Amino acid sequence: MKFLHIAWKDLKAEFRTKQMLNSMMIFAFLVIVIFSFAFGNEASIYVSVIDKKIVDLLAPGMLWIAFTFAGMLGLSRSFAGEKEDGCLEGLKLCPVDRSDIYNGKVISNAVLMFLMEITTIPVFVVLFSYEIKNIPGLLLVVLLGTLGFIFVGTLLSALTVNTRTREILLPVILFPVLLPVILSAVTATGVMLAAGSISEIAGELQILAIYDVIFFIVAQLVFEYTIED
Amino acid sequence: MLKKILYSLTTVLLLVSIYLVFFYAPIPINPATAGGDPANFKIFYFHLPIAISAYLAFAIVFISSIMYLKTKEQKWDIRALSAAEVGVIFAFLTLASGSIWARSAWGAYWVTWDVRLNTSLVLFLIYISYLMVRQAVEEPEKRARLSAVFGIVGFLGVPLSFMSIRLWNKTTVHPIAELNYNTFSPLLTTLIINFAAFFLLLASLITLRIGIELLKEKGNELKRKQNI
Repeated sequence: MKFLHIAWKDLKAEFRTKQMLNSMMIFAFLVIVIFSFAFGNEASIYVSVIDKKIVDLLAPGMLWIAFTFAGMLGLSRSFAGEKEDGCLEGLKLCPVDRSDIYNGKVISNAVLMFLMEITTIPVFVVLFSYEIKNIPGLLLVVLLGTLGFIFVGTLLSALTVNTRTREILLPVILFPVLLPVILSAVTATGVMLAAGSISEIAGELQILAIYDVIFFIVAQLVFEYTIED
Repeated sequence: MLKKILYSLTTVLLLVSIYLVFFYAPIPINPATAGGDPANFKIFYFHLPIAISAYLAFAIVFISSIMYLKTKEQKWDIRALSAAEVGVIFAFLTLASGSIWARSAWGAYWVTWDVRLNTSLVLFLIYISYLMVRQAVEEPEKRARLSAVFGIVGFLGVPLSFMSIRLWNKTTVHPIAELNYNTFSPLLTTLIINFAAFFLLLASLITLRIGIELLKEKGNELKRKQNI
């Protein structure tokens, strides 16, 4: 359970300044605002051919664009902050397994991301006067999708922190690997928003769960190589 | 010596395969069901071996990455780099040859929701990112280590991408080859020779690329000696 100490240290430092959390929340908020300007009133037009409003088609994509872009901000700072004043060396000197550093970082990143997500969804509901039909289902999809995002993102964040162009490189290498998560999460979110039942998205949930498990295990195995000197 | 045999064998087989495709092989589809000019379907003889060669190259990257992290020997890093670069070219050729053909058969270069198209595209993107990782690190040891990690993570993403895309939209317009494997039809013969030709081409290009990397190293070493 030593990784909890590392997560606790990160969260304590974060909640002293709330720098990262505020930027992530405001960024996600701005993304939703830009979408609401871009689509305007047309979003609420009802299209009889597909028996849906336009916003129903756009909603899952908008939410996940906001989540992943804002999450990316947090991820890129997650290890970059440790580069200052030799904090990473300090972490490596801790009498814990290297994978505990990864697990601690995963928890602190996930907490920040969940906080950002639960503030973004209400903003979205208000700006598009939207009604979410299956809230527990949506939360399950968001949970699994976010975990996949964080598992791979934390590993690649540690990988890019040692490179020259870290802030630019992370999104470029993260998105191709993340495709299964984004694709499944967007489809599943669409069904959940439209009052579908969990059994309709069993396939998507399976893929998200498999992805989470595979990359969690792989990260335990290869994480030590990303921060070794 | 062994390399020379490999290169000449590749050249001969490629020439033979081009001849076979244009003058010997049948059109690999029932002309009644083909969209566009049925003769265009002959691109299949190049398209399929190139696509499989790309997958093979990325499997080499994956195995070399694991071996590098295990042994920390530089030769595995050079192998991973060479296979990745050649693989990206093959993946690009798969997309290009497919798109050219699709324009004739489907009337569009790209069909957004097709499973196989998107999987090949993701494969291509992942290995472009792999090369980006390599480019971003200066020190050879660190570059080898970090790119090996990404080589493993990226390769594992490919089957998952395929599964998620298939779930997202099961329909595919991509033709599936129906071969009669029992008889040595002209179709099968041509295909096998093409497979051999492109596998050898892959091997030759990777060998050449490894040779370039080894020469580069020798050059650097000579430079270092000059400075001292």
